[in-house]
Amino acid sequence: MSSIKIRASMVGDVAEVKCLMNHPMETGLRKDAKTGQLVPAHFIKSVVATVGGKTVLDAQWGGGISRNPYLAFRVKGAQKGDKVTVSWEDNKGAKESAEATIG
Amino acid sequence: MNYQRRQVLKGAGAAGAVGVAIAAGLLKPTAVYAATWNQAGFEARSVADALKAINATGAAESNQITIKAPDIAENGAVVPVEVTSSIPGTESIAIIGEKNNLPLVAQFDLMNGAEGFVSTRIKLGSTSNVRAVVKAGGKMYTAAKEVKVTIGGCGG
Repeated sequence: MSSIKIRASMVGDVAEVKCLMNHPMETGLRKDAKTGQLVPAHFIKSVVATVGGKTVLDAQWGGGISRNPYLAFRVKGAQKGDKVTVSWEDNKGAKESAEATIG
Repeated sequence: MNYQRRQVLKGAGAAGAVGVAIAAGLLKPTAVYAATWNQAGFEARSVADALKAINATGAAESNQITIKAPDIAENGAVVPVEVTSSIPGTESIAIIGEKNNLPLVAQFDLMNGAEGFVSTRIKLGSTSNVRAVVKAGGKMYTAAKEVKVTIGGCGG
């Protein structure tokens, strides 16, 4: 099961998509409190979302997004039952994706 | 009970170390995303450099951009930020934490019916302006809102 949680619902004629991802989002600038060493950068770099097979959001992120990122966006012209996909890739090449249906 | 717990923790530590080794040595970022990721922007250390990297130098102040964020954030590690642009033809929204060591937080390109709206949570190192930069119809617009931070979210 994917670690991305998606909730998509119609608000009037606009689909609102909310998602939560699991990721440490390390900037590479934080020091480990115990060892005093810098914690290596480890963050999601790219997030792509599609609705009904079309890309609606193509995001680039830095380490400034909070740990376990939250993202919400709104799409006009979408309909109940349309498929939503959200996928990310981090700076180490790890990938996750998930899909949901607009309810 | 305690003994068992210690074993579990040890096991978790070892697995973590292996994971780090694999990540460092074997998994390389693919070229696809590396090419589009705005390295100059995300590695910029000043707001001016970050704005330059996203071609937003001299962006016009706009009151059609609304930034919803708390006036006072108790925890700078998790600051909810919602940007709404009512500028027609909004193509992208970027978020900048002006006093962060790495100011550029994110850039969202919107298309195929996506509205001029994003909501997320960002880190702020200290009390600072949160700046939104909107690209619409090939032009750049900007707005900012100050967020007071009680405990910074970027240091260690």
